[in-house]
Amino acid sequence: MEYHTEPTQIVVLNLAILTLLLVTAITMVRVRRLFAVVMLSGIYSLLSALFFVSLDAVDVAFTEAAVGAGISTVLMLSGMLLTARREKPVVPGHRPLALFVCVITGGVLIWASTDMPAFGDPEAPANAYVGKLFIERTPSDVEVPNLVTAVLASYRGFDTLGEVLVIFTAGVGVMLLLGSGSIRGGRKRQDIPPQVEPAADQKASLDGGKKTASPQDGGAS
Amino acid sequence: MMGHVVLRITIKILFAPITLFALYVQFHGDYGPGGGFQAGVIFAVAFIMHALGFGIDKTKQALPPKVLPAIMVSGVLLYALTGVWSMFYGGNFLDYDLIQPDSHHHAGQHIGIILVEFGVGLAVASTMLTVFYHFAGREPEIADEDW
Repeated sequence: MEYHTEPTQIVVLNLAILTLLLVTAITMVRVRRLFAVVMLSGIYSLLSALFFVSLDAVDVAFTEAAVGAGISTVLMLSGMLLTARREKPVVPGHRPLALFVCVITGGVLIWASTDMPAFGDPEAPANAYVGKLFIERTPSDVEVPNLVTAVLASYRGFDTLGEVLVIFTAGVGVMLLLGSGSIRGGRKRQDIPPQVEPAADQKASLDGGKKTASPQDGGAS
Repeated sequence: MMGHVVLRITIKILFAPITLFALYVQFHGDYGPGGGFQAGVIFAVAFIMHALGFGIDKTKQALPPKVLPAIMVSGVLLYALTGVWSMFYGGNFLDYDLIQPDSHHHAGQHIGIILVEFGVGLAVASTMLTVFYHFAGREPEIADEDW
Protein backbone atom coordinates (compact mmCIF):
# COMPACT_ATOMS: atom_id res chain seq x y z
CA MET A 1 0.00 0.00 0.00
CA GLU A 2 2.38 2.68 -1.23
CA TYR A 3 0.29 5.69 -1.89
CA HIS A 4 0.50 9.06 -0.31
CA THR A 5 -2.32 11.49 -0.01
CA GLU A 6 -2.15 14.67 1.94
CA PRO A 7 -4.30 14.48 5.09
CA THR A 8 -5.94 17.79 4.28
CA GLN A 9 -7.08 16.41 0.93
CA ILE A 10 -8.76 13.50 2.69
CA VAL A 11 -10.45 15.86 5.12
CA VAL A 12 -11.69 18.05 2.29
CA LEU A 13 -12.97 15.01 0.40
CA ASN A 14 -14.73 13.63 3.45
CA LEU A 15 -16.29 16.99 4.21
CA ALA A 16 -17.49 17.30 0.62
CA ILE A 17 -19.06 13.83 0.64
CA LEU A 18 -20.69 14.38 4.02
CA THR A 19 -22.06 17.75 2.93
CA LEU A 20 -23.52 16.19 -0.20
CA LEU A 21 -25.05 13.43 1.96
CA LEU A 22 -26.67 16.02 4.18
CA VAL A 23 -27.97 18.01 1.22
CA THR A 24 -29.38 14.85 -0.38
CA ALA A 25 -31.10 13.83 2.84
CA ILE A 26 -32.69 17.25 3.34
CA THR A 27 -33.83 17.32 -0.28
CA MET A 28 -35.36 13.87 0.11
CA VAL A 29 -37.38 15.08 3.06
CA ARG A 30 -38.63 18.13 1.22
CA VAL A 31 -39.40 16.71 -2.23
CA ARG A 32 -42.93 15.39 -2.72
CA ARG A 33 -42.54 13.58 -6.05
CA LEU A 34 -41.81 9.95 -5.23
CA PHE A 35 -39.75 9.40 -8.38
CA ALA A 36 -37.36 12.13 -7.29
CA VAL A 37 -37.24 10.66 -3.79
CA VAL A 38 -36.31 7.22 -5.13
CA MET A 39 -33.61 8.68 -7.36
CA LEU A 40 -32.25 10.74 -4.47
CA SER A 41 -32.11 7.68 -2.25
CA GLY A 42 -30.02 6.00 -4.95
CA ILE A 43 -27.72 9.02 -4.99
CA TYR A 44 -27.55 8.85 -1.21
CA SER A 45 -26.42 5.23 -1.35
CA LEU A 46 -23.83 6.02 -3.99
CA LEU A 47 -22.46 8.86 -1.87
CA SER A 48 -22.28 6.65 1.20
CA ALA A 49 -20.47 4.06 -0.90
CA LEU A 50 -17.93 6.76 -1.78
CA PHE A 51 -17.63 7.59 1.89
CA PHE A 52 -17.01 3.93 2.76
CA VAL A 53 -14.26 3.82 0.15
CA SER A 54 -12.61 6.80 1.80
CA LEU A 55 -12.83 4.88 5.09
CA ASP A 56 -11.04 1.93 3.39
CA ALA A 57 -14.07 -0.31 3.77
CA VAL A 58 -14.12 -1.48 0.15
CA ASP A 59 -16.33 -4.52 0.68
CA VAL A 60 -18.99 -2.49 2.45
CA ALA A 61 -18.80 0.17 -0.25
CA PHE A 62 -19.23 -2.50 -2.90
CA THR A 63 -22.31 -3.87 -1.20
CA GLU A 64 -23.75 -0.44 -0.63
CA ALA A 65 -23.29 0.53 -4.27
CA ALA A 66 -24.78 -2.72 -5.56
CA VAL A 67 -27.62 -3.15 -3.09
CA GLY A 68 -28.40 0.41 -2.04
CA ALA A 69 -27.92 2.23 -5.30
CA GLY A 70 -28.81 -0.64 -7.63
CA ILE A 71 -31.36 -3.11 -6.37
CA SER A 72 -33.18 -0.96 -3.82
CA THR A 73 -33.70 1.82 -6.32
CA VAL A 74 -35.19 -0.56 -8.85
CA LEU A 75 -37.37 -2.24 -6.24
CA MET A 76 -38.57 1.13 -4.98
CA LEU A 77 -39.33 2.17 -8.55
CA SER A 78 -41.28 -0.98 -9.27
CA GLY A 79 -43.07 -0.56 -5.96
CA MET A 80 -43.78 3.06 -6.81
CA LEU A 81 -45.41 2.01 -10.08
CA LEU A 82 -48.04 0.24 -7.99
CA THR A 83 -48.95 3.32 -5.97
CA ALA A 84 -49.38 7.01 -6.56
CA ARG A 85 -46.61 9.13 -8.04
CA ARG A 86 -46.81 11.78 -5.37
CA GLU A 87 -46.73 11.80 -1.63
CA LYS A 88 -49.89 12.94 0.10
CA PRO A 89 -49.61 16.65 0.95
CA VAL A 90 -48.79 17.12 4.59
CA VAL A 91 -50.73 19.47 6.77
CA PRO A 92 -48.44 22.42 7.43
CA GLY A 93 -47.85 23.43 11.01
CA HIS A 94 -45.38 23.08 13.83
CA ARG A 95 -45.32 20.15 16.19
CA PRO A 96 -43.49 21.20 19.34
CA LEU A 97 -43.40 17.71 20.82
CA ALA A 98 -41.75 16.19 17.71
CA LEU A 99 -39.25 19.05 17.57
CA PHE A 100 -38.47 18.55 21.26
CA VAL A 101 -37.88 14.79 20.82
CA CYS A 102 -35.70 15.34 17.74
CA VAL A 103 -33.58 18.03 19.38
CA ILE A 104 -33.10 15.98 22.54
CA THR A 105 -32.19 12.80 20.64
CA GLY A 106 -29.85 14.64 18.31
CA GLY A 107 -28.20 16.41 21.24
CA VAL A 108 -27.69 13.15 23.11
CA LEU A 109 -26.19 11.52 20.01
CA ILE A 110 -23.79 14.40 19.42
CA TRP A 111 -22.85 14.39 23.10
CA ALA A 112 -22.20 10.63 22.95
CA SER A 113 -20.06 11.01 19.84
CA THR A 114 -17.55 13.12 21.79
CA ASP A 115 -16.76 10.01 23.83
CA MET A 116 -16.10 7.82 20.80
CA PRO A 117 -12.56 6.62 20.07
CA ALA A 118 -10.71 8.35 17.25
CA PHE A 119 -11.13 6.90 13.77
CA GLY A 120 -8.68 4.05 13.17
CA ASP A 121 -7.63 3.89 16.80
CA PRO A 122 -6.12 0.40 17.25
CA GLU A 123 -7.11 0.39 20.91
CA ALA A 124 -10.77 1.10 20.18
CA PRO A 125 -13.07 -1.66 21.48
CA ALA A 126 -14.14 -2.54 17.94
CA ASN A 127 -10.55 -3.22 16.90
CA ALA A 128 -8.94 -4.39 20.10
CA TYR A 129 -10.08 -7.84 21.10
CA VAL A 130 -11.47 -10.23 18.53
CA GLY A 131 -10.65 -7.95 15.60
CA LYS A 132 -6.97 -8.01 16.42
CA LEU A 133 -7.13 -11.77 16.76
CA PHE A 134 -8.64 -12.13 13.30
CA ILE A 135 -5.95 -9.92 11.78
CA GLU A 136 -3.19 -11.84 13.51
CA ARG A 137 -4.46 -15.31 12.80
CA THR A 138 -5.96 -15.13 9.31
CA PRO A 139 -2.61 -15.54 7.48
CA SER A 140 -1.91 -18.76 9.36
CA ASP A 141 -5.46 -20.06 9.87
CA VAL A 142 -7.22 -19.42 6.60
CA GLU A 143 -4.54 -18.07 4.23
CA VAL A 144 -7.00 -15.99 2.28
CA PRO A 145 -5.72 -12.56 1.23
CA ASN A 146 -9.04 -10.80 1.75
CA LEU A 147 -9.54 -10.58 5.48
CA VAL A 148 -13.19 -9.67 5.11
CA THR A 149 -13.93 -12.90 3.25
CA ALA A 150 -12.00 -14.91 5.82
CA VAL A 151 -14.03 -13.43 8.67
CA LEU A 152 -17.32 -13.59 6.80
CA ALA A 153 -17.12 -17.08 5.36
CA SER A 154 -14.83 -18.91 7.72
CA TYR A 155 -14.60 -17.45 11.21
CA ARG A 156 -18.18 -16.29 11.18
CA GLY A 157 -19.56 -18.83 8.74
CA PHE A 158 -22.48 -19.61 10.97
CA ASP A 159 -23.49 -15.93 11.10
CA THR A 160 -23.36 -15.77 7.33
CA LEU A 161 -25.55 -18.84 7.06
CA GLY A 162 -28.03 -16.91 9.17
CA GLU A 163 -27.77 -13.94 6.81
CA VAL A 164 -28.44 -16.13 3.80
CA LEU A 165 -31.44 -17.58 5.58
CA VAL A 166 -32.70 -14.05 6.26
CA ILE A 167 -32.49 -13.25 2.55
CA PHE A 168 -34.12 -16.55 1.70
CA THR A 169 -36.93 -15.82 4.15
CA ALA A 170 -37.41 -12.39 2.61
CA GLY A 171 -37.79 -13.97 -0.82
CA VAL A 172 -40.26 -16.54 0.49
CA GLY A 173 -42.16 -13.79 2.29
CA VAL A 174 -42.49 -11.73 -0.87
CA MET A 175 -43.65 -14.82 -2.76
CA LEU A 176 -46.28 -15.58 -0.16
CA LEU A 177 -47.49 -12.00 0.23
CA LEU A 178 -47.60 -10.93 -3.40
CA GLY A 179 -48.63 -14.36 -4.62
CA SER A 180 -47.11 -16.21 -7.49
CA GLY A 181 -50.35 -16.74 -9.39
CA SER A 182 -49.56 -14.05 -11.93
CA ILE A 183 -45.98 -15.27 -12.26
CA ARG A 184 -46.87 -18.82 -13.21
CA GLY A 185 -49.18 -17.70 -15.95
CA GLY A 186 -52.30 -17.98 -13.85
CA ARG A 187 -55.04 -15.41 -13.60
CA LYS A 188 -53.81 -11.89 -13.05
CA ARG A 189 -55.45 -10.28 -10.07
CA GLN A 190 -56.40 -6.65 -10.04
CA ASP A 191 -56.66 -6.01 -6.34
CA ILE A 192 -55.01 -2.62 -6.51
CA PRO A 193 -57.36 0.36 -6.75
CA PRO A 194 -57.00 2.49 -9.90
CA GLN A 195 -54.59 5.39 -10.01
CA VAL A 196 -55.41 8.69 -8.38
CA GLU A 197 -54.61 10.91 -11.33
CA PRO A 198 -57.51 11.09 -13.75
CA ALA A 199 -55.44 10.70 -16.94
CA ALA A 200 -53.59 7.67 -15.64
CA ASP A 201 -56.87 6.32 -14.29
CA GLN A 202 -58.45 6.00 -17.72
CA LYS A 203 -55.32 4.49 -19.20
CA ALA A 204 -54.93 1.98 -16.40
CA SER A 205 -58.52 0.82 -16.62
CA LEU A 206 -58.18 0.48 -20.40
CA ASP A 207 -55.01 -1.57 -20.02
CA GLY A 208 -56.54 -3.62 -17.27
CA GLY A 209 -59.57 -4.38 -19.40
CA LYS A 210 -57.38 -5.48 -22.28
CA LYS A 211 -55.20 -7.63 -20.04
CA THR A 212 -58.05 -9.45 -18.35
CA ALA A 213 -59.85 -9.98 -21.63
CA SER A 214 -57.00 -11.46 -23.64
CA PRO A 215 -56.41 -14.75 -21.74
CA GLN A 216 -60.11 -15.57 -21.85
CA ASP A 217 -60.11 -14.95 -25.60
CA GLY A 218 -57.11 -17.23 -25.98
CA GLY A 219 -58.81 -19.92 -23.94
CA ALA A 220 -62.03 -19.69 -25.96
CA SER A 221 -60.33 -19.93 -29.34
CA MET B 1 -42.88 0.44 -28.01
CA MET B 2 -39.98 1.26 -30.28
CA GLY B 3 -38.55 4.00 -28.10
CA HIS B 4 -35.46 3.80 -25.91
CA VAL B 5 -33.29 2.51 -28.75
CA VAL B 6 -30.12 3.88 -27.20
CA LEU B 7 -31.09 2.39 -23.86
CA ARG B 8 -31.78 -1.02 -25.34
CA ILE B 9 -28.57 -1.15 -27.35
CA THR B 10 -26.63 -0.11 -24.25
CA ILE B 11 -28.29 -2.84 -22.23
CA LYS B 12 -27.53 -5.39 -24.93
CA ILE B 13 -23.88 -4.37 -24.96
CA LEU B 14 -23.57 -4.27 -21.18
CA PHE B 15 -25.41 -7.47 -20.33
CA ALA B 16 -22.56 -9.90 -20.94
CA PRO B 17 -19.83 -7.80 -19.22
CA ILE B 18 -22.05 -7.35 -16.17
CA THR B 19 -22.64 -11.09 -15.90
CA LEU B 20 -18.94 -11.74 -16.36
CA PHE B 21 -18.12 -9.18 -13.71
CA ALA B 22 -20.55 -10.91 -11.35
CA LEU B 23 -18.73 -14.18 -11.89
CA TYR B 24 -15.40 -12.45 -11.29
CA VAL B 25 -16.65 -10.92 -8.05
CA GLN B 26 -18.08 -14.28 -7.06
CA PHE B 27 -14.98 -16.38 -7.52
CA HIS B 28 -12.39 -13.75 -6.78
CA GLY B 29 -13.93 -12.89 -3.44
CA ASP B 30 -11.13 -14.34 -1.35
CA TYR B 31 -8.52 -12.26 -3.21
CA GLY B 32 -10.22 -8.92 -3.70
CA PRO B 33 -13.27 -7.09 -2.50
CA GLY B 34 -16.48 -8.88 -3.16
CA GLY B 35 -18.06 -12.22 -2.51
CA GLY B 36 -21.33 -14.02 -2.84
CA PHE B 37 -23.60 -11.20 -1.69
CA GLN B 38 -22.21 -8.62 -4.10
CA ALA B 39 -21.93 -11.08 -6.96
CA GLY B 40 -25.50 -12.24 -6.51
CA VAL B 41 -26.77 -8.69 -6.61
CA ILE B 42 -24.71 -7.82 -9.69
CA PHE B 43 -25.94 -10.93 -11.45
CA ALA B 44 -29.52 -10.02 -10.63
CA VAL B 45 -28.94 -6.45 -11.81
CA ALA B 46 -28.06 -7.68 -15.30
CA PHE B 47 -31.46 -9.35 -15.62
CA ILE B 48 -33.30 -6.46 -13.98
CA MET B 49 -31.71 -4.09 -16.47
CA HIS B 50 -32.84 -6.37 -19.26
CA ALA B 51 -36.36 -6.29 -17.85
CA LEU B 52 -36.34 -2.50 -17.63
CA GLY B 53 -35.27 -2.13 -21.24
CA PHE B 54 -37.14 -4.93 -22.98
CA GLY B 55 -40.14 -5.47 -20.74
CA ILE B 56 -40.45 -8.10 -18.06
CA ASP B 57 -42.11 -10.67 -20.31
CA LYS B 58 -38.99 -10.96 -22.47
CA THR B 59 -36.88 -11.45 -19.36
CA LYS B 60 -39.25 -14.11 -18.10
CA GLN B 61 -38.78 -15.96 -21.36
CA ALA B 62 -35.02 -15.79 -20.94
CA LEU B 63 -35.05 -16.75 -17.27
CA PRO B 64 -38.33 -18.41 -16.27
CA PRO B 65 -39.55 -17.48 -12.78
CA LYS B 66 -40.28 -21.15 -12.11
CA VAL B 67 -36.60 -22.02 -11.75
CA LEU B 68 -35.88 -19.27 -9.22
CA PRO B 69 -37.27 -20.96 -6.07
CA ALA B 70 -35.23 -24.04 -6.91
CA ILE B 71 -32.06 -21.94 -7.20
CA MET B 72 -32.90 -20.18 -3.94
CA VAL B 73 -33.26 -23.45 -2.09
CA SER B 74 -30.18 -24.99 -3.69
CA GLY B 75 -28.07 -21.98 -2.70
CA VAL B 76 -29.07 -22.23 0.94
CA LEU B 77 -28.65 -26.00 0.83
CA LEU B 78 -25.20 -25.74 -0.74
CA TYR B 79 -24.14 -23.54 2.16
CA ALA B 80 -25.65 -25.73 4.84
CA LEU B 81 -24.46 -28.99 3.29
CA THR B 82 -20.90 -27.69 3.08
CA GLY B 83 -21.15 -27.33 6.83
CA VAL B 84 -22.57 -30.81 7.17
CA TRP B 85 -19.82 -32.17 4.91
CA SER B 86 -17.16 -31.23 7.43
CA MET B 87 -19.24 -32.92 10.12
CA PHE B 88 -18.88 -36.21 8.23
CA TYR B 89 -15.15 -36.03 8.89
CA GLY B 90 -15.80 -35.70 12.57
CA GLY B 91 -15.39 -31.94 12.84
CA ASN B 92 -17.68 -29.11 13.77
CA PHE B 93 -20.28 -27.57 11.50
CA LEU B 94 -18.49 -25.46 8.80
CA ASP B 95 -15.05 -26.63 9.94
CA TYR B 96 -13.51 -26.39 6.47
CA ASP B 97 -10.05 -27.58 7.40
CA LEU B 98 -11.28 -31.17 7.58
CA ILE B 99 -12.32 -31.18 3.92
CA GLN B 100 -8.62 -31.33 2.94
CA PRO B 101 -6.85 -32.24 6.17
CA ASP B 102 -3.40 -32.98 4.71
CA SER B 103 -2.94 -29.66 2.96
CA HIS B 104 -0.29 -27.28 4.24
CA HIS B 105 -1.89 -24.32 2.52
CA HIS B 106 -5.34 -24.71 3.97
CA ALA B 107 -6.89 -25.93 0.75
CA GLY B 108 -9.87 -27.04 2.79
CA GLN B 109 -10.51 -23.46 3.84
CA HIS B 110 -10.35 -22.30 0.22
CA ILE B 111 -12.69 -25.04 -0.99
CA GLY B 112 -15.10 -24.38 1.84
CA ILE B 113 -15.12 -20.63 1.29
CA ILE B 114 -15.62 -20.98 -2.46
CA LEU B 115 -18.52 -23.41 -2.00
CA VAL B 116 -20.15 -21.36 0.71
CA GLU B 117 -19.80 -18.12 -1.24
CA PHE B 118 -21.25 -19.79 -4.30
CA GLY B 119 -24.24 -20.83 -2.22
CA VAL B 120 -24.61 -17.25 -1.03
CA GLY B 121 -24.40 -15.96 -4.60
CA LEU B 122 -27.04 -18.38 -5.87
CA ALA B 123 -29.41 -17.59 -3.02
CA VAL B 124 -28.97 -13.82 -3.26
CA ALA B 125 -29.27 -13.62 -7.04
CA SER B 126 -32.39 -15.75 -7.21
CA THR B 127 -34.00 -14.02 -4.23
CA MET B 128 -33.39 -10.57 -5.68
CA LEU B 129 -34.83 -11.67 -9.02
CA THR B 130 -37.81 -13.29 -7.30
CA VAL B 131 -38.55 -10.10 -5.40
CA PHE B 132 -38.17 -8.06 -8.58
CA TYR B 133 -40.37 -10.40 -10.63
CA HIS B 134 -43.07 -10.27 -8.00
CA PHE B 135 -43.02 -6.50 -7.72
CA ALA B 136 -42.65 -5.72 -11.39
CA GLY B 137 -44.85 -8.58 -12.55
CA ARG B 138 -47.90 -6.85 -11.16
CA GLU B 139 -47.67 -4.08 -13.74
CA PRO B 140 -47.64 -5.24 -17.38
CA GLU B 141 -44.77 -2.98 -18.30
CA ILE B 142 -43.42 0.40 -17.45
CA ALA B 143 -45.38 3.00 -19.37
CA ASP B 144 -43.51 5.51 -21.49
CA GLU B 145 -44.45 8.51 -19.42
CA ASP B 146 -43.16 6.91 -16.24
CA TRP B 147 -39.55 7.00 -17.35
